Amino acid sequence: MAGAMAYSGPMLIEGTYDLTTGSGLVACPRCDALHVEHDLQAGETARCVRCNAVLASPRAGAFTRIIALSFTTIVLMIAAIFFPFLRISRAGFGNETSLFDVALAFSHGALMPLTVALLGTIVGLPVLRAMLLVYTLVPLSAGRAPYSHAVGAFRLSETLRPWSMAEIFVIGTTLALIKVGGLATISFGPAFWAFCALILVNAASNVFTSATTVWDAIEDGGARTDGREIQREPAE
Amino acid sequence: MTELPAHDAPILTAHRAGLIGCRGCGRVWPDSEDTCHRCGAALSPPDRRSLNAVWAWLVAGFIFYIPANLFPMLRTTTFGGLAGNTESTIFGGVLELLHYGNWFVAAVVFTASIIIPISKFIAIGWLAIVAGRPATVRDAHNRLMLYEVVEFIGRWSMIDVFVVAILSALVQLGFVASIHPGPAAVAFALSVAFTMLSAQSFDPRLIWRGLPLRSRKDLTDQ
Repeated sequence: MAGAMAYSGPMLIEGTYDLTTGSGLVACPRCDALHVEHDLQAGETARCVRCNAVLASPRAGAFTRIIALSFTTIVLMIAAIFFPFLRISRAGFGNETSLFDVALAFSHGALMPLTVALLGTIVGLPVLRAMLLVYTLVPLSAGRAPYSHAVGAFRLSETLRPWSMAEIFVIGTTLALIKVGGLATISFGPAFWAFCALILVNAASNVFTSATTVWDAIEDGGARTDGREIQREPAE
Repeated sequence: MTELPAHDAPILTAHRAGLIGCRGCGRVWPDSEDTCHRCGAALSPPDRRSLNAVWAWLVAGFIFYIPANLFPMLRTTTFGGLAGNTESTIFGGVLELLHYGNWFVAAVVFTASIIIPISKFIAIGWLAIVAGRPATVRDAHNRLMLYEVVEFIGRWSMIDVFVVAILSALVQLGFVASIHPGPAAVAFALSVAFTMLSAQSFDPRLIWRGLPLRSRKDLTDQ
């Protein structure tokens, strides 16, 4: 178990919480156990005392890094779309494929909706999530109030997380290559390498994203303040 | 086996305390609220009624899994149809790969398209049946781990759809060979999407409902 258990103990540790309104408490999203909310230091990880789920794990400089990684994602994705992806040749016949060709493979008749879905999961959602994260985090990392609808933007980004399937696509590409490898000569285009880089960038971004930390920051930054966030200086 | 947290104090759940916890951001609200005022997510009590959505998506996913196996996934045309047009279903494709000695790809496709979807149907169905029934703490930990595995691995079933898409885009060599996707690709993609929605609608807090709240007693009592 890494880091300190900072949401230490359920209801036994002294803390300012209110059992009638729920303020000052955190409920584990996996098992519903109540914990007293504490502000964590960067590098600490809070886990649920009952089911061991990670409740929060703030990282130093996380917001700036996520913003940088999001911009990297957008740039790499533009490269991945427009550069050739793979090239196949056999017996004098050659074919060069870009990402759009891959998705357009399904573009006739009844398979059309699948084209839209595939383009969405491979290209659309990773870019959309990167833009939503930038929109949410840029003002927060500069210590300003979040933009309006930052709450909706970050919630959408979290909802879309499982549907963004770029890494599955890369593994699928590798499989397809092994499959046709014996039949024809295949060479990689720049877009393939851009895509591989994209996977690493996304993985790094996911490591730095701790949803609870972002929610706390949005709240501290002044969106939807209801006076329930933890005060750093106890008001006497 | 997960290591149990070294902790034996009584645990209070939000539900037991007459409160409701947000599954999006963890904030706790009075029972009467229906939207989290911090992250805007809908609040729902850990209630077996939420299992209706799980069953509905699971049945939809299963229904689409049937045509996904009966219809062809790939149509291959070689030498302008002279060397034969082949249509292969998911299982037929696996057999074909084995026939050509492509053991690795055959194993991956078989795992991603047959083993994982079927185990997912069984795992989600079982979790939904036993949800909310009293169990030991260790049972609950194992069920939560099963749920996390299902949640993590579900999207990887989509890999076969991507393989079909890449092959169809890439293998367009005119007369020599061309590959086109079949209707099963759509049915399979929908089946995977619906089972993902089914897993997402499952409320893992139900795994823990009905447990006695003193963990020391549970650990020695099993």
